[in-house]
Amino acid sequence: MHKPRLHPVASFDIHFLQYLDEQGQATQALPDSATPDLLQALYRQMNLARLVDKRAVQLQRTGRLGTYPSSLGQEAVGVGVGSAMQADDVYCPYYRETGTLLERGVEIEEILAIWGGDERGQDYQHAAEDLPLCVPIATQLLHAAGVAFALQYKHRQLDEPTRVAVTCAGDGATSKGDFYEALNLAGVWKLPVVFIINNNQWAISVARSAQTASATIAQKAIAAGIQGLQVDGNDIIAVRTAVSDAIQRARGGEGPALIEAVTYRLCDHTTADDASRYCPPEALEQAWAREPLLRLGVYLREQGLWDDGAESDMQREQAEIMEGALRAYESRPPAAVTAMFDHLYASLPEALREQYQEVRELGRRVERESG
Amino acid sequence: MAEITLLEAVNQALAHELEADARVVLFGQDIGANGGVFRATDGLQQRFGTERVMDTPLAENMIAGIAVGMAVQGLRPVAEFQFMGFIYPGLDHILSHAARYRNRTRGRLSCPIVYRAPYGGGIHAPEHHSESTEAIFAHIPGLRVVVPSSPARAYGLLLAAIRDPDPVVFLEPKRIYRAVRQEVPDSGEALPLDRCFRLREGDDITLVAWGAALKETLQAADILAESGIEAEVIDPATLKPLDIHTIIDSLEKTGRCVVVHEAARFAGLGAEIATQINEYAFDLLKAPVQRVTGYDTVMPYYRLEDSYLPDCERITAAVRNTLDYPPGGAR
Repeated sequence: MHKPRLHPVASFDIHFLQYLDEQGQATQALPDSATPDLLQALYRQMNLARLVDKRAVQLQRTGRLGTYPSSLGQEAVGVGVGSAMQADDVYCPYYRETGTLLERGVEIEEILAIWGGDERGQDYQHAAEDLPLCVPIATQLLHAAGVAFALQYKHRQLDEPTRVAVTCAGDGATSKGDFYEALNLAGVWKLPVVFIINNNQWAISVARSAQTASATIAQKAIAAGIQGLQVDGNDIIAVRTAVSDAIQRARGGEGPALIEAVTYRLCDHTTADDASRYCPPEALEQAWAREPLLRLGVYLREQGLWDDGAESDMQREQAEIMEGALRAYESRPPAAVTAMFDHLYASLPEALREQYQEVRELGRRVERESG
Repeated sequence: MAEITLLEAVNQALAHELEADARVVLFGQDIGANGGVFRATDGLQQRFGTERVMDTPLAENMIAGIAVGMAVQGLRPVAEFQFMGFIYPGLDHILSHAARYRNRTRGRLSCPIVYRAPYGGGIHAPEHHSESTEAIFAHIPGLRVVVPSSPARAYGLLLAAIRDPDPVVFLEPKRIYRAVRQEVPDSGEALPLDRCFRLREGDDITLVAWGAALKETLQAADILAESGIEAEVIDPATLKPLDIHTIIDSLEKTGRCVVVHEAARFAGLGAEIATQINEYAFDLLKAPVQRVTGYDTVMPYYRLEDSYLPDCERITAAVRNTLDYPPGGAR
């Protein structure tokens, strides 16, 4: 039987980046950017993200907040991505984003408002060009491509500064067409956009192994002709460095990148989920040993950059910040019932006036009855 | 001045806005060197460059999605879908995001996008090239749905759509792309959105129609006039939000109404118009509102499409039924 002769026409490697292993030991020399001040700040910010998530889940359990998606265990992804960005870059989030939002300057009160059923939370006081949380899976990746086009266009045609779009999605999102379409377009148009995948191993109850037969998610970049890299998503130095480098390349006109951050969801999908139905307890236990705060804490202490005093000061300060934000959230006056019409269109169409009046009357009646 | 077709009026409006506003960008499939499969963007890439008039990779969902990102960054994206039958992969972005971004962010970000698509039957095209599903979009809060039905309205309404601060689904009736010519000065003057256009005055009956169906509706009005029946013909043009008041004003005179559309009957916009007439003007009615529409079937392949689409005969028959109500004389 004649065997056809085949020539390789292309070949690829996927690389993995890690600086700190799960014991908090450096696996290679840290980058120059990893100064003591920065590492302490990242540790604090990850801790704050964890605190916000913990309190938010408690608030949901006691009826003071709606459904909430915690980022427990994935703080290095959110904080690492957020801290790698410049203020005038544009972030296009999905919905499991506590650490990133905090880094971007979104107020805790705003995060609580969003999950407390109030659109006003998405009207960020800071990060005014960042996109709101995006619930339909993977759609934000295409919005990010569009944002990146606009940033590139405004740079070239209107002489604005070079800015970059950064976006994030979960591992489940990589099964959607939006993911491939966004990567593909970003490659063809060489857009200044960085795609992050928070591979936390679970899309609600469906495991990463059931999403794709690929050895890595990072390799999906290859088909789109863009850079792909896998990082230890529990190592904030690796996340921050990889994202920072990718942003710098994008800003320099070198095109997009896909970064897969490998981590683990140590919590339920949301407060409406019960992960004990599908997540093996031993897997969860092993994942806790790899979580991001533990290893950075060990490293900082071994370097003499952290101690019990610093830890308790931080916990006390952050508890105050959290309780202040909670008071602000709970003392917000509710929106008027007519708010549902306020931003439907730039101005209220004639055809909606009657419904507006009806709702306004309803609001007045409710107000009178509640005295 | 040269007379131009509806298709050329679309091109003229796009060129005008590309020239007038550096934020305007066009993209879609085959709209560049090819000028679009119908030639709506003919010559625009040559004139305005590949950075402003772009062919995209072939993915309609992507076309719909990137428009959102461009728009929230202050551009004025005009996205072309090759046919309305291929717009559905993009619904997630149009319905879940473009229509909602302003509301979701309390006005912080908005989506001034125009999603253009040729729509409707009658050009003997393959399956998926002939549908009229405007009601899907009209159902969605936050969208505008606009259908031009003459060269002048194509030009003026497209200018208005591009300048509108909110997303517009702009459906171009391809059967009449080249049907008539009109003088359309390139004045840059937009026509108003959210307003009906009264195309013909009459005291006996009100005919409401849009898009290509207006051609047969106006013909039917002429035929009816030969037997002394004067129909008032109204083109809503903006299907959502709907200017029902102009239609009600007309009913003050006529007391009778027939709605004509190519789309399937069930939950079509004829149902909405008839219901609003019931709500606002029941006392004016001398007869029930009638609908002449496509049937509640799959749009047939083209050998049968003429039987599917409303024609003059069906329209005049509906008008005579309405005028003869109640059947057999006064009760």
